[in-house]
Amino acid sequence: MPKGRITVIEDRCKSCGLCVAACPKSVLRISDRINDKGYRPAEQFAEGCIACRMCALTCPDVAIEVFRIDEDAR
Amino acid sequence: MSERVLMKGNEALAEAAIRAGCRYFFGYPITPQNEIPEYMSRRLPEVGGVYLQAESEVAAINMIFGGAGTGERVMTSSSSPGISLMSEGISYIAGAELPCVLMNIVRGGPGLGSILPAQSDYFQATRGGGHGDYRLLVLAPSTLQEGVDLTMLAFDLAEKYKNPVMILGDGFMGQMMEAVEFRTPEPMELPDKRDWAVGYMERRGTRALVKSLYLDPEELERHNMKLQAKYREMEKNEVRYESYRTDDAEIVLAAYGTTARIARSAINELRKEGLRVGMIRPISVYPFPYAPFENLPRSVKDVLVVEMSCGQMIDDVRIGVGRTVPVHFCGRVGGIAPSVDEIEARIREITGK
Amino acid sequence: MKETKIFERPKSMSDVPTHYCPGCTHGIAHRLVAEVIDELGIQKKTFGVAPVGCSVFLYNYIDTDMYEAAHGRAPAVASAVKRIRPDMVGFTYQGDGDLASIGMAEIVHAANRGELITVIFINNAIYGMTGGQMAPTTLLQQKATTCPLGRDPGVNGYPMRVAELLATLAAPAYITRVSVAKPKYVGKAAAAVKRAFQTQIDRKGFSFVEMLSTCPTNWGMRPADAANWVEEKMIPYYPLGDIKVPE
Repeated sequence: MPKGRITVIEDRCKSCGLCVAACPKSVLRISDRINDKGYRPAEQFAEGCIACRMCALTCPDVAIEVFRIDEDAR
Repeated sequence: MSERVLMKGNEALAEAAIRAGCRYFFGYPITPQNEIPEYMSRRLPEVGGVYLQAESEVAAINMIFGGAGTGERVMTSSSSPGISLMSEGISYIAGAELPCVLMNIVRGGPGLGSILPAQSDYFQATRGGGHGDYRLLVLAPSTLQEGVDLTMLAFDLAEKYKNPVMILGDGFMGQMMEAVEFRTPEPMELPDKRDWAVGYMERRGTRALVKSLYLDPEELERHNMKLQAKYREMEKNEVRYESYRTDDAEIVLAAYGTTARIARSAINELRKEGLRVGMIRPISVYPFPYAPFENLPRSVKDVLVVEMSCGQMIDDVRIGVGRTVPVHFCGRVGGIAPSVDEIEARIREITGK
Repeated sequence: MKETKIFERPKSMSDVPTHYCPGCTHGIAHRLVAEVIDELGIQKKTFGVAPVGCSVFLYNYIDTDMYEAAHGRAPAVASAVKRIRPDMVGFTYQGDGDLASIGMAEIVHAANRGELITVIFINNAIYGMTGGQMAPTTLLQQKATTCPLGRDPGVNGYPMRVAELLATLAAPAYITRVSVAKPKYVGKAAAAVKRAFQTQIDRKGFSFVEMLSTCPTNWGMRPADAANWVEEKMIPYYPLGDIKVPE
């Protein structure tokens, strides 16, 4: 199983929750922080991301960056 | 090479456009201007251009909007009800500051009206026609030769000002046959389309954005002020008119287009009898030649406006004349042109001679 | 340990926040178009025509030559530009009020002429920008501000399947319907957009991609619920899949 992590560009996130609904591993949630526009940005709060990119594919604001982690690579 | 050719009005205007470098025509059939799209459909492929018949005048003017954004010379023609349909699109073209030439071969109105000639679109043409604070540069030829010359000029003026220019004709002009000569106009310094048009992003580095929406109020006001500055330039530089036998005139006629030809005949007849009659003939109806009306010779006691309408240009004549002398009106509608006799009778009635 | 970025913003999508509502799938549709423009390397020779609707500001988000057209008229605008500059790649991006209501004549005739343009049709069954009025694609019994009791076919007729309508014409080469409502549909949507642009570039004919999209604000739903509504209510009436493919 691939391993990954995501970052949310917090000032672009509109808290729509589509990424949370899309994540097959349930590692995303809406945080308690508030951004400049008054939205609570999404965040990855747990391990288990498989770099499937479903969150980024469904984010209408291109606010998610996805990284694949190769632990064996040097 | 200049040779005189006998041509039908609509076809002569179309050929003039082609001689001026117009290679793209988007239009729709409507009487009495159908010969223009028909001629274009035949001639444009011959010169490597494109004729596209739109599904309506609404589509046609939007094709003009698209085509104008490429910086190429584009043209459409229509008649009164079709011009009404185009009005929204014309407003967009003016708002987006694009060049194009429009021809209105005017017919009777309002509504479906008549297929016969009229001059009842003067308000529409000179006041922009569509919504918003914009103007069209409007040229009103009186003869086919003038129509040909002004059409060629129109393309240059459209590019010079990045604004639509309208040729205001009428059904008589469209349908009559006269000998014309296609003369190259004086060359004019014009902007390079590659600096602003769509299709040059590689060369310019920046993309082109053709729009008329400015939601920010200060931005829209600035944009409107920019358009207004353009119209002030037009008013300064593009006024065109003819003064005919006005120097010693007692009564001056005001007429344009085909009506001016009829008025000219009346004037010539009455002059033979010694009546001192003259005419101011606007050639540009926007910008309107207010100056000759503001500065009428001291001999003038009356002005008679003759139009194939219920009286539209008369408003502009009144603005020019002010309260100096009375302004009278003689007009026919329904497709009827005032006759030489009618005009003469009215002149006699006013002057008492 | 090595980290590889495997998702980022396409180059021809401007790096600015959008004005769209939270969860509005316009953002996804825009991204798919920008991704294809990048992939095909056509940014500098593409022109787009933005509609009147929520996506009137398409020109702020996709960095190519752009026109802002009058409501419904984008296909006419695009047709002229393409006829004058056949070397360019042209697309329109239109909502359901723009394309299927006021613009119906323009889309039918552009399709019928086989114009070498690509039309991206965002179908969210409602008028978004103007506050949620009924659209030609509004479903039966669906409520909107101008059919507050729900769409009644006796009064307003039936929702229009535009893709199928256009497919009755001889000229169009590629007509398909996809969705951007959920990530599981986005892959096919992306492929459709690419195929559509390729159809144009290969001069095979007119291409049309209808995208079932959401309007959470005017549907009165949370974005995730709106995505479900597309799946449960829209897809059964507007089936996904290719309706006409290029030869």
